[in-house]
Amino acid sequence: MKIYLLTDFGSTYTKVTAIDVEYGTIVAFGKAFTTIEDDVTIGYNNALSQIYQQLGQFVLAASLACSSAAGGLKMVSSGLVPDLTAKASRLAAASAGAKVMKTYSYELTEFEIEEIEAINPDIVLLSGGIDGGNKAVILHNASIIAKVAGEFFVIVAGNRSAATQAREILEAGGKKVVVCENVMPAFGKLNIMPAKAAIRDLFIANIITAKGLDKAAAMMDMEIIPTPLAVFEACELLSNGTKAEKGLGELMAYDLGGATTDVYSMADGMPKVPNSFISGINEPFAKRSVEGDLGMRYSLTAMYDLIVEEDGGASFCTAGGFAMGAVQSWLEICRNDPSVMPHNEYAKYADIDASFAAYAIRVGASRHVGRTQKIYTPNGEMLSQEGKDLTQVRYVIGSGGAVINAQNPLNIMKEAIYSPRDLNDLKPLAPKILLDERNCLAAMGLLARREPDMALRIMKDSFVEIG
Amino acid sequence: MDANVIVNDENQEKISIVLGVIGADVHAVGNKILNYVFTKAGFNVVNLGVMASQQEFVEAAVEADAKAIVVSSLYGHGEIDCKGLREKCDEAGLAGIKLYAGGNLVVGKQDFTQVEKTFKDMGFDRVYPPGSDPQINVGHMREDFGLMI
Ligand code: B12
Repeated sequence: MKIYLLTDFGSTYTKVTAIDVEYGTIVAFGKAFTTIEDDVTIGYNNALSQIYQQLGQFVLAASLACSSAAGGLKMVSSGLVPDLTAKASRLAAASAGAKVMKTYSYELTEFEIEEIEAINPDIVLLSGGIDGGNKAVILHNASIIAKVAGEFFVIVAGNRSAATQAREILEAGGKKVVVCENVMPAFGKLNIMPAKAAIRDLFIANIITAKGLDKAAAMMDMEIIPTPLAVFEACELLSNGTKAEKGLGELMAYDLGGATTDVYSMADGMPKVPNSFISGINEPFAKRSVEGDLGMRYSLTAMYDLIVEEDGGASFCTAGGFAMGAVQSWLEICRNDPSVMPHNEYAKYADIDASFAAYAIRVGASRHVGRTQKIYTPNGEMLSQEGKDLTQVRYVIGSGGAVINAQNPLNIMKEAIYSPRDLNDLKPLAPKILLDERNCLAAMGLLARREPDMALRIMKDSFVEIG
Repeated sequence: MDANVIVNDENQEKISIVLGVIGADVHAVGNKILNYVFTKAGFNVVNLGVMASQQEFVEAAVEADAKAIVVSSLYGHGEIDCKGLREKCDEAGLAGIKLYAGGNLVVGKQDFTQVEKTFKDMGFDRVYPPGSDPQINVGHMREDFGLMI
């Protein structure tokens, strides 16, 4: 038997999926605690031994891996105007698979030095100004970033005319700098691929080692990539298909994790109703957004804070039929043990956990999709659309433990569908909902790099339609 | 170097200006001509095309570090569409940016001195009557930016 081993070094677990090359199917799965603090290969070998137990001897076709261990690829991005270069910088970082902790616009202040130090990013992406445009802000921000303590890289991807000077300022502050093309070279024109490539190169060349993954990397047949990038590529494949087989067309996917909620859309997003027009930038066909305040364990407190901010938690509790006290208890339990599941003695918290999951999907969706605003003109009412119109998207995929292990995943994933409650959000109106029951999206993104047809088939076969 | 190209002697770069047709106005032809004329005159034109909102003008000017915003309005609702643009510019740190307006700014044939006053009161630096030759505006910009030769 010839096998592909696909490994996902997660923050809590190291997961290994084995694919039979001949039959193109998942034949074994192993899971063990990630041991990044001492030696990541210990956990890897533990997971691997489970594969050996299940399969006996086999011939290895290739071993591929992705990682979100040790905090994943943590980034901060910055730009000038929120809707323009700041947004472009965030899109670039997110599409590279980074956990974008914060996006700044306009001038950074001294106050933000501490904030960035607390985030402790792996990379800061600095942009601002179209080519030949504003230089003052990116140069000012370079001087602030130069003062931020910490070992991190800075990618300068802003106004070309300011790049050399920005580099000098940063290097004088002891920062390691990479300069690449502007994320927005001309007004409204997105150019995120060069920054995405620069992030990928830094991750492979430096961050893998910094995170203690180099020993594992040496055991693989391909460089280790960020897990969200693997998921991104799986979604692209599933949407586009291959030469031999058609994809599903326009789709969205949700990966609900312990630290973040990741939302992907593969769709053009152009206005679908007459009398509407796009304002702001045209977002890319393949888009990822990542929400650091919507996570089921490490970021549960942040999500709780959002819920409380809305209305003290009243609608959250009423809709779920539980008391605030119980919500707080569950929050405390999760805080103490991020690997806890709402099972056994904690089964009574299953509804609360599911409500948090539904909330994450709802808010993650709202932030990802575009929205319309009515404007009244001398020629009558028109709709100004900002972001992507995803109303016609036909498939929504749910992935991540909190979704697939829930008693009623459909209840959670329903929040990805348009609802009059969020009137102007351009969420899919009537999509089919698929569940990534085997949680194989990341693994299939890895496999896609070698065997796209096989990866596509496995996804199509293993996703179950639940609504 | 092309004799027509205006250089800012400090950094050898072209001066940026933002151009667009404001509001819900779809008249596209004049905008194309203005874009052509201004580009030819050596400006770096950020052209927003038709149906540009005040916010788009302002944000584009910020990113482009523009020295001027040239607003066209052809369909007669220029006054409502332009109101508040100067204040938004001030708010965005674009203090002193030149604002020009032209086209058919108001409905029908009204006394232009009155129209000009209305727009100047709103903070526009120069206001042009219907059918104005864009070259006049080019001359004014050179003057306003201190590029008179
Ligand atoms: C073609 C046209 C249309 C087409 C536009 C197609 C398109 N996508 O471009 C259509 C059919 C869509 C249309 C619709 C309407 N139109 Co119409 N249209 C015209 C028409 C016949 C020609 C416009 C044109 O292209 N001119 C040629 C270009 C080169 O000239 P320009 O646009 O004036 O621009 C030049 C100058 O004005 C100047 N300029 C412009 N801006 C600036 C700025 C500065 C700073 C400077 C210095 C110079 C400058 O330089 C430009 C280049 O030389 C004019 C009448 C006319 N003859 O001008 C009416 C006209 C502009 N339309 C008019 C009207 C009322 C409308 C409608 C409201 C009609 C309706 N009731 O539905 C709608 C509005 C739709 C909308 N939301 O904008 C009126 C405006 C009246 C007013 N302001 O008082 C006009 C003047 C007709 C009229 N005499 O009544 N229209």
